[in-house]
Amino acid sequence: MNPESESRTPAQLGIEQEKNSAVLLRLTGSWRLRDPLPTADSVEQAIISAGGGTIVFDATQLTAWDTGLLTFLTHVQSLAGQHEMDFDRAGLPDGVRRLLELAEAVPIATDTGRSKQPDSFFSQIGNVALDLYRSGPDMVRFVGEVAQSVGRLFQRKAQFRLSDLWLLIQQAGPEALPIVSLISFLVGLIFAYMGAVQLQQFGAQIYIADLVGIGMVREIGALMTGIIMAGRTGASYAAQLGTMQVNEEIDAFRVLGISPVDFLVLPRMLALSLMVPLLTLYAGVVGILAGLCVAVFVFDLGVFEYYHQTVRALELKHFAIGVIKGSSYGILIAIAGCYRGIRCGGSAAAVGQATTSAVVTSIVFIVVSASILTIVFQVLGI
Amino acid sequence: MSVAAGIQSSPDTHISVVDLTMAYGDFVIQRDLNFSIQRGDIFIIMGASGCGKSTLLKHIIGLKSPAKGSVYIDGTNFWTSPIDKQERLKRHYGVTFQAGALWSSLTLAENIGLPLGEYTDLSPATIREVASLKLSLVGLAGFEDFYPAEISGGMRKRAGLARAIALDPEILVFDEPSAGLDPISSRRLDDLIKELRDSLGTTVVIVTHELASIFAIGTNSVFLDTESKTMIAEGNPVVLRDHSDDPRVRSFLNRGEL
Repeated sequence: MNPESESRTPAQLGIEQEKNSAVLLRLTGSWRLRDPLPTADSVEQAIISAGGGTIVFDATQLTAWDTGLLTFLTHVQSLAGQHEMDFDRAGLPDGVRRLLELAEAVPIATDTGRSKQPDSFFSQIGNVALDLYRSGPDMVRFVGEVAQSVGRLFQRKAQFRLSDLWLLIQQAGPEALPIVSLISFLVGLIFAYMGAVQLQQFGAQIYIADLVGIGMVREIGALMTGIIMAGRTGASYAAQLGTMQVNEEIDAFRVLGISPVDFLVLPRMLALSLMVPLLTLYAGVVGILAGLCVAVFVFDLGVFEYYHQTVRALELKHFAIGVIKGSSYGILIAIAGCYRGIRCGGSAAAVGQATTSAVVTSIVFIVVSASILTIVFQVLGI
Repeated sequence: MSVAAGIQSSPDTHISVVDLTMAYGDFVIQRDLNFSIQRGDIFIIMGASGCGKSTLLKHIIGLKSPAKGSVYIDGTNFWTSPIDKQERLKRHYGVTFQAGALWSSLTLAENIGLPLGEYTDLSPATIREVASLKLSLVGLAGFEDFYPAEISGGMRKRAGLARAIALDPEILVFDEPSAGLDPISSRRLDDLIKELRDSLGTTVVIVTHELASIFAIGTNSVFLDTESKTMIAEGNPVVLRDHSDDPRVRSFLNRGEL
């Protein structure tokens, strides 16, 4: 440690051309990162004009140094190498010499399999296309593994812990009630209000009950629940399994001969496929209550009038369709979340990506399957 | 400079720990710790697994506040200082964490460059050069553009060290530096630690139970005991191994052979 007063002298570089074709670099003052330091560019001029020979140092006037000096010296050394000059360290302080030697002890890795050039536009497109081409079959394989696992479940051979299943059911079901209540109540409210304003023009406000009842139970309840659960539970599955993947916990299951799909994916899929349809029914009921509020308080309909109209409009098939949609969304969310989690890369950033793509995949799956199911039910006339 | 009685304070004292009691809630990990670390020391914190070595380290580097007692850095009581003073004191430290703790969204060069960009006025090109130099010091030249997830655990550890020495800290702190390194890399790491101490005057604090390293580089040490929940020995590890009065310390330093 140098006293502060000494280290205040600014860093100076003297370049002298010696007679015996040597370039002398005279280092004076304090050469530390936080000081303003001379650059190696001025040395390059001297090296070029010398045209060979040796670079020698005089560091007797050097008062303080740290990485700043080391960086300068490594730069000068590489310049010397480029212009085929020798680099004589004899004049440098002992510590500097030893650190430079330590830095060279392991040669620069060149066979790291990393090319400097960034990919061209076309090869980027090609890579994206290849990734898509490869990820399709991978997803199908994962779905296949899950299907086998379900098969083992029915043969009572699937290995997972029942206590995990109960915990997952609690997390995916009862703990989701507040957010599902809030969203479906507000959506029901908006639905009823928008519809009623139109229906009022024909004096047909009573049909709010049909609109809200069938709409919420058959379509919107399931859709809203699905999207909530994709953001809430699907994301959490991806983050949890992704972190397990980073910590090699998934590999630990494989090594023990326990299928990670059985142990982790199956209970999550069961939990969601049981809870999402129940939440869908609940969302439908809450939506109908919201419609009731609008009808009674804004459009002056009677409570019993609304009730009877709702009962008349709704049939069992509407509930059945809601439940079918709910359970398929649940299964799709679980598959998307777990798939993205298990295929996660090995870093914190990869967990973030896995979570994002789990939510995006779930929502795409939900919307696509909603459309397909709607068309199918239409064709079947139910 | 008010250091509690019982601790000899000299200008060479870099860090001193006074009457320190560490606890998680009501659960006391260690109590009544008193020792001081001199400038240029390679100070070893040792003890059996789970005795609170890493917790002590967290108290020293200002990540966890003591249940009782104080930590002095350069004669300044860390935990009674105002926040901005604490931040400045923390900058005296370079810390290497157990698993490297590299930021996974940044390349190795960016990991090392981040503290340089924050606390110096260097140009991006110079920061890049410094990063390359630091990587070559830990034997990772050529891996500047790799992400932490793309290199092995031992390499991550060494890159963590490169980040810790980015700002040429006065105090270098290691949590289990050689665990998971091959013997050659481990030896190189010891050499590097010694070299940094010799050439830059760095004070080094190491948590480890790697006996070879302890004897090769340690100049002073403290031994924490799990049973009695306090320190039971202090001094040069080689002297402790051969002459400690306490059988527990001799047994530990002789791999259980007395």
